[in-house]
Amino acid sequence: MSSEAHAAEAHAGASVGTNFAIWVGLVAITGLEVFLAYEHLNATLMLTVLVCLSVVKAAMIMAYFMHLKFEKFSLVLLLIPATIFCLCMMFIFFFPDAFRLLQMAPH
Amino acid sequence: MHDVKTEVALDSAWSGGKSPFAIGSKKLGMWLFIVSDTLTFSALLITYSYSRLTNPDWPRPFPIFPAIAFSTTMTVVLLASSLTMVMAVMASQRNDRKKTVMWMVATMVGGLLFTGLHLTEWMNMIFKEHFTIAGNPEGTPLFGAVFFGITGLHMTHVMIGVIYLGIVAIGYGRGKFSAEDVEVNGLYWHFVDLVWMFVFPMIYLMSVKY
Repeated sequence: MSSEAHAAEAHAGASVGTNFAIWVGLVAITGLEVFLAYEHLNATLMLTVLVCLSVVKAAMIMAYFMHLKFEKFSLVLLLIPATIFCLCMMFIFFFPDAFRLLQMAPH
Repeated sequence: MHDVKTEVALDSAWSGGKSPFAIGSKKLGMWLFIVSDTLTFSALLITYSYSRLTNPDWPRPFPIFPAIAFSTTMTVVLLASSLTMVMAVMASQRNDRKKTVMWMVATMVGGLLFTGLHLTEWMNMIFKEHFTIAGNPEGTPLFGAVFFGITGLHMTHVMIGVIYLGIVAIGYGRGKFSAEDVEVNGLYWHFVDLVWMFVFPMIYLMSVKY
C-alpha cells in the first residue's frame, strides 16, 4: 500500500453524523443504567449488568471517539490484549484472596 | 494532510523501521499512558467492587435529587464534551485553527461544568449529609474512603484535562502546536470520559436511595 493510501486510511474517521449517533447511543445506555438502578436486583447481579453496559460504552468511545477502529490493527493488538490480560490477572488474584481473608475474619 | 514525521512512520511498517503502528510517537506515548492509567483506575474499582459486595451495611446515600440528577447531568455533560472534542480534532485535521480553538473552548466549558457540579455534590455530601473520608452516619466508614478517593482521582484528571486543553488550544491557535497535538489531547479527554462511564454506575447507581 502506498504511503498516500495508508495516510488516507489512517485519517479517515467516522463522519460527524456517525459520531453524533454514537453520542446518542451512549446517552441512551446511560439512561438504561439509571433505570436499572431503581430495579431491585441483588448487588452482584446489578454490578455485573452495569459493568457489562459500561464495557459496551467504553468500546464505543474507544472505537469511534478515540479513533481506534480506524487505526492500524497492529495498534489495537498492542493495546487491548495486554490490558485485558492485566485486568484478568488482577481479577483472578484479587477476588479469591479477598474472599479467603473474609472467611478468616472473626464473626 | 500529514507531516513529514508521519510519512517516515508510514513507510516503515513491520520492517524494523521507526513505527509499525503508523502513528506518531506522541500519540503512541499517550496510548501507553492511557493503558497504565486504566490499570490504576481498574485496581481501585476492583477493590471497590469487593468492598461493595462484601459489606452488608454499605450506605445508600444517593437520593434521586440532588445526587442522581446531578451525577446523570454530569455524565451527559462529559459525553457532550467528548463530542465537542471530536469536532475539535476534525477541525484541526482540516487545518481550521479558528474552529478547532472554538470547539476546544467548548470542551473546556464542559469540563468546568462537570467539575462545578461535582464539587457542589461533594459539598452537599460533606456539609449536609455529614459524609467524610473517615466516616458517615449510615454505614461502613470504608464508603467515604472509596467514594472520595475514586471520584477525587477522577476529578483531578478532569481538572488536569481542562488545563491541558487550555495550553494546547492557545498553542494551536498561535500556530505552535500541530493537529497531532490536538488529537493526542483528545485521546486524554476521551479517556477521562471513558473512566467516568465506569465510576458513575459503579459508585453512584450501585448505591441509590430507594
